[in-house]
Amino acid sequence: MSRPVPLLTARGLVKAHGSTPALRGASVELHAGEILAVTGPSGSGKSTLLHCLAGIVRPDEGSVTYDGRRLEELSEQRLSALRRTEFGVVFQFGQLVPELTVLDNVALPLLLAGTDRAGARTRAGAWLERFGVRGQDGMRPGELSGGQAQRVALARALVTSPRVVFADEPTGALDSLASEQVMTALVHTAREAGTAVLLITHDAQVAAYADREVRLRDGAAAALGVTA
Amino acid sequence: MIAMSTRHILLGLLATGPSHGYDLKRRHDERFPQARPLAYGQVYTTLQRLVRDGLAEVDGTDSDGGPERTVYRPTGEGTRELSRWAAEIAPPAPFVANEIFAKVVVAILSGGDPAGYLSAQRAAHMERMRELTALKAAPGTDLATVLSADYALNHLDADLRWMNTTAARLTTLTAEVDAP
Ligand SMILES: Nc1ncnc2c1ncn2[C@@H]1O[C@H](COP(=O)(O)OP(=O)(O)OP(=O)(O)O)[C@@H](O)[C@H]1O
Ligand SMILES: [Mg+2]
Repeated sequence: MSRPVPLLTARGLVKAHGSTPALRGASVELHAGEILAVTGPSGSGKSTLLHCLAGIVRPDEGSVTYDGRRLEELSEQRLSALRRTEFGVVFQFGQLVPELTVLDNVALPLLLAGTDRAGARTRAGAWLERFGVRGQDGMRPGELSGGQAQRVALARALVTSPRVVFADEPTGALDSLASEQVMTALVHTAREAGTAVLLITHDAQVAAYADREVRLRDGAAAALGVTA
Repeated sequence: MIAMSTRHILLGLLATGPSHGYDLKRRHDERFPQARPLAYGQVYTTLQRLVRDGLAEVDGTDSDGGPERTVYRPTGEGTRELSRWAAEIAPPAPFVANEIFAKVVVAILSGGDPAGYLSAQRAAHMERMRELTALKAAPGTDLATVLSADYALNHLDADLRWMNTTAARLTTLTAEVDAP
């Protein structure tokens, strides 16, 4: 049986923050349309891995290939263009622009991609609706609860219909019913649009929405579970 | 005492209206989709015992064109027993008497590979959790199925967290042993 070429491949990633090693030879594959959970103890390098895969941080060693392109060979400019058009990212910590309303935060990636303001706002509103935070659209990020901010961040990551969504603990501040609601919306959206999702979580019940799990230990990955 | 009591569950089903054994089995399997399906023999013996203990009685027979079936209903005593049981607190298990726990302890004692076992067990748990999550998320899933999937997911999750903590403790332990 021939396996399709993965959409995203990381090989032997090494990354240190100063003298702190975060990744020591991590390898991961993400297939088109696949939902992959990345789990592992705190400090095992999950966020660092996500930053390298999404082209936000350059690894010290190793390579990341996205759709035939090696990220380390791209200029900053081309890399950020790639991130803007192909990727959506939900960061673990604060990321919404505090001065903008929730609606404009979500519309922002579309505006940057050249969509007109009215169109961007309409689409942003639909995504807020999908994640159950439509009622908050006029608020500033500082007025949101932790769980609401996470849902807004997901809406913002998905608004451009990216091919890959990277989400770092997107349900970290949610109770179990709210996380179920968010995960159902995320999985439904991803399946419908064929979006690949790399999902970092420490919650096994959230990881259970994924097709497969990769577990990090001390900066190296061990794959578990079904391989599609 | 009986923890997971088939007799009380059957009594509970009878409380919603007189039924015969086959119907009870079908309703049980429908209501508790994650539980092991009841054997018809088990339903039959349980009904006999309920009658013997004065908790249920024969309501009549029902043939509905097919073979004749005995229909049962709860007695007043049965209804009281059911509400007593329903309000009774289940003892929160003070000790873990679980196969996973036992295997890990034995592996540690006998110099086996507890980490290897834990990682394989973890994968099996995750696989089951994925199945239950898919079942729960499928469109049109009824409430009983959602509730029982939730219940199983939370218990598997508890096992899994214990396995993660244990795996982390084993690493520390090994590091301590290996240190010069
Ligand atoms: N900006 C930074 N400066 C210095 N050290 C860092 C930085 N970011 C991460 N690290 C270190 O790198 C290691 C891996 O961190 P990372 O954030 O990737 O872990 P994580 O698996 O995401 O943890 P958590 O589950 O707690 O979010 C840790 O030891 C951390 O202290
Ligand atoms: Mg992190």
